Amino acid sequence: MASKAVITGVADTAVGKVEGSTSLGLQAEAAAAAVADAGLSLGDIDGVLCAYSFTEPHLMLSSVVSEFLGIMPSYSVAVSAGGATACAQVMQAAALIEAGICRHVLAVCGDNRLTGMSRDKAVAALSEVGHAQFERPYGIGIPAAYALVAQRYMHDYGVTPEHLAGIAVATRKHAMRNPKAQMRQPITLEDVARSKPIATPLRLLDCCLISDGGAAVVISAADAARDTRKRGIEILGAGQMNTHEHIIASPSLTDFGCKQASAQAFGRAGVKPADIDVAEIYDSFTITLLAELESIGFFARGEAGPAILAGALDLDGALPCNTHGGLLSYAHSGAAGGMFHVIEAVRQLRGEAEGRQVASPKLAFVHGDGGILSAHCSLVLGRN
Amino acid sequence: MSKPLPQPDVVTRHFWSICKEGRFEFQHCEACGHDQFPPRLSCTACHGADLGWRPSSGRGTVYSFTAVHRAPLESFKADVPYVIAIVALEEGVRAMMNLREVDPQDVTIGMPVELFFEPTEGEYPLPQARPRQMYPSETLKIIMNSDS
Repeated sequence: MASKAVITGVADTAVGKVEGSTSLGLQAEAAAAAVADAGLSLGDIDGVLCAYSFTEPHLMLSSVVSEFLGIMPSYSVAVSAGGATACAQVMQAAALIEAGICRHVLAVCGDNRLTGMSRDKAVAALSEVGHAQFERPYGIGIPAAYALVAQRYMHDYGVTPEHLAGIAVATRKHAMRNPKAQMRQPITLEDVARSKPIATPLRLLDCCLISDGGAAVVISAADAARDTRKRGIEILGAGQMNTHEHIIASPSLTDFGCKQASAQAFGRAGVKPADIDVAEIYDSFTITLLAELESIGFFARGEAGPAILAGALDLDGALPCNTHGGLLSYAHSGAAGGMFHVIEAVRQLRGEAEGRQVASPKLAFVHGDGGILSAHCSLVLGRN
Repeated sequence: MSKPLPQPDVVTRHFWSICKEGRFEFQHCEACGHDQFPPRLSCTACHGADLGWRPSSGRGTVYSFTAVHRAPLESFKADVPYVIAIVALEEGVRAMMNLREVDPQDVTIGMPVELFFEPTEGEYPLPQARPRQMYPSETLKIIMNSDS
């Protein structure tokens, strides 16, 4: 019995520095809160999709989380696609529901990357995604790999360091309106330009945070969602594209799979980028967001930077984007980082975003990218 | 803690053993003519398995680069700032290398480079790049063929 999938519950834990937190604890807390937000009980969950953890890695994380929660789902797997994981979890949950396999799927992620491991260890662990023989011997890390994209992108499309800085400033402006955000101090373009260099042209304030935090979403069959507490948010379209893993094997340094992933999602939803009222797009680095905004088609090549400096991503701009403060200023705790984008889109569509609410949005776009712009997953969500 | 070193496997053993002789080779598909790097078990264009090896002239240009100021591992901390470049070899394949013998401030996209082999703590030397002096006729050719 197939039924359309809707998002019925969302929740995230406190984020930033959460003293005493554990990966499993953050996942369990987020899961219970998301199920409560949906007005369901944990016993209603028949599908569990987990992600991965750096601080408490396990071969079968989804079984570990279900065991800890005391639930026995009939479908349970872990999904691992880096920053695309959260969107991929939602896409897979929707497919499970539309295939009639599950009724209520819990998609949950969480990690205590800030207090559970040293900053050096987190950076070193992330550098292991580099190619063992043809990248890692050269001292590659994630920021350096994105810097290679940034340098070429700037060269080809006239993007300047100030354009990138504009993204950090615009995102911080959003975070300042969000009492939960990890970073709420105002920053200026000069602050970004003066922050310490990480891998040229990227500076510290061009880079995402390292945080503790958990996040969970409940995806339900539309007919089962009649019994939930709040009106479901429809998953109107989803899409993926995977072009490479290592930056050395990327077909391009300026054009990425977000183009095809988003085109699929827009096509399945029957909408265009111009129809989107609010966007929550993966922003591991300022260049990540800029390249995605232009590859997806929200802006023409080379035009996002000037538009953003003029306020395009602000609440009253052409495309309010990363309204919670993104990975740059809200929080980034592994796969949960991408789930924060999903949750914010749902809150905006429900009208629950309080001081950062976009005026009555009907359509939201969410995008996650994993690796070095390698794995892409897009969602179009709607309020009916 | 030492730097990550190449650990040759069944697919890459030829590449690394040729590096010991001071040459850089990439894979060439005998069926469809596609050139590729890094080495794979089959052709990424036609998925055929008939792969041979072709030598590079060792000449190329900087396709993109970054100067790393925050090392990902303890073993690279003494080297900062160091330059990582994606080098476009004149045969068309691209490879990651460190760019040596140059001030990071002076690196530009399109800069002509040449390969050399740098000893490591392990058995195999690493292909690396450094700025290349050009003859006037070659400069003209690069300007005429520039895609940048």
